[in-house]
Amino acid sequence: MNVRSAIHLVCLRPFFLGLALAFAVVQPAAAADTIDPAADAKAFQKYFTDKFPKVKLEDFVNGPYSMNEDMHRQWEEKEEFPPYEFSLDMGKEMFAKPFKNGKSYADCFANGGIGVRQNYPYFDEKEGKVVTLELALNRCREANGEPPFSYVKDEMAALTAYMAFTSRGKPFDIKIPNDPRALEAFETGKQYFYTRRGQLNFSCASCHVRNPGERIRAEILAPALGILNAMPIYRSEWGGMGTISRRLTTCNVQTRGVPLDPQSDEYRDLEYYLSYVSNGLPISGPGARP
Amino acid sequence: MASTIRVRATATGDTTEVQALIQHPMDSGYVKDAQGQIIPPHFIQQLTFECNGKAVFVANWGTAVSKDPYVKFSFKGGNKGDDLKISWVDNKGASDSTTAKIS
Amino acid sequence: MSMIRSKAPISMLALIAALLGAGASPALAAASEDDFKAAYAAAVDANKQAGQLRDQWTVTATALASAKKAADAGDFDKAVADAKEAEALAKASVFQATSEKSAWKAMEIH
Repeated sequence: MNVRSAIHLVCLRPFFLGLALAFAVVQPAAAADTIDPAADAKAFQKYFTDKFPKVKLEDFVNGPYSMNEDMHRQWEEKEEFPPYEFSLDMGKEMFAKPFKNGKSYADCFANGGIGVRQNYPYFDEKEGKVVTLELALNRCREANGEPPFSYVKDEMAALTAYMAFTSRGKPFDIKIPNDPRALEAFETGKQYFYTRRGQLNFSCASCHVRNPGERIRAEILAPALGILNAMPIYRSEWGGMGTISRRLTTCNVQTRGVPLDPQSDEYRDLEYYLSYVSNGLPISGPGARP
Repeated sequence: MASTIRVRATATGDTTEVQALIQHPMDSGYVKDAQGQIIPPHFIQQLTFECNGKAVFVANWGTAVSKDPYVKFSFKGGNKGDDLKISWVDNKGASDSTTAKIS
Repeated sequence: MSMIRSKAPISMLALIAALLGAGASPALAAASEDDFKAAYAAAVDANKQAGQLRDQWTVTATALASAKKAADAGDFDKAVADAKEAEALAKASVFQATSEKSAWKAMEIH
């Protein structure tokens, strides 16, 4: 169904739900059903492969280009001479350049930071929180006396573009340790993904689960499966490379919701959830999008 | 300092296909910065591709071309190993050029 | 002319909240600065609640700004109207965040 009628229909539902709750005895929140990320991931992938039987599992990482023949042709051409080359080169230079104290990014990451992007985000059991790649990069900077980069600007985008590039082809390999806090983070991320927000009352799922391949204004919507694999992305709309943080905050604004601060707990958990359910799909970043 | 021009030219038969990606802000002069000040126009005015000294593609651009422009075109009369020179001049008088071999 | 016209699709929630929230005010009496202060405070309060629920709307902020601007210019009728719209929007956002705590499951892939 188109997005507009979907909004009207579901707008009514919470209202009636509210009424129903007002009259019924309020049930206490059901004792937590076991959080089962593996089952969630399986169901998630099955939903999309069923919906798009002609699309190979690994092709979902190309977002709208996997949804539309004409766009796929354009994407192939773009890959011959990608618009993100300048940002990628800048990222490579930045990554190699030592900090003022002589150390470099390579010192903060396993394998010198090469070919590790598919392991992020991870759950830090000491801290009890999810750590994303962008967060890890800024922590690396701060630990070495450098000021942190903005999460939504070019420098962070260039750095993550380079790191993604070194992992191209490697499947997402997000781990959820058997730690109730990690399971909770996964669940919080999942809840964020499906929760409606903003005056336009969209959840991430409204577009990326209910309407992939359909248009919202002039854009073709990407499926949620594999949606982070291509990040960061060079968006023609932005005229430049943009980070995951930038996309999450701008998506919020587009539904007329005030965005949270980049790398807020909710966003970190959301990234954790979305990456995990795309485990097995290859990193294709940096990507190019309309 | 790296060139602002990336180019790839391939000859198949008597047709040479050229792709180029040029790094340039291409500011239209209509956009305001965070402080509300107009960012002055700064764009490539002329872009020239020459094969063996002869112009095969000349573009006169204005403010409608977006940042980091990408150009793709084909021409006849080029051969493998020929020199393809690309040069641009912008409205501030800055310029850059590079030469690549047709492969 | 109000800049905070909600564009279609108009949230059913916002509409209902607006109708519930709008107090009955006599059509003849002009709004005073005190009226504005009360309306504005109520709106800010509701918006704070929405902030705690991590679901503030951009249009609420716009309405609040518009109300303040009108008040600064001395147009308290507009200021009060804008503040009441801001309050209605903020309340709708609180309603959304609260109901979504359970309603989100309806969207979930199973």
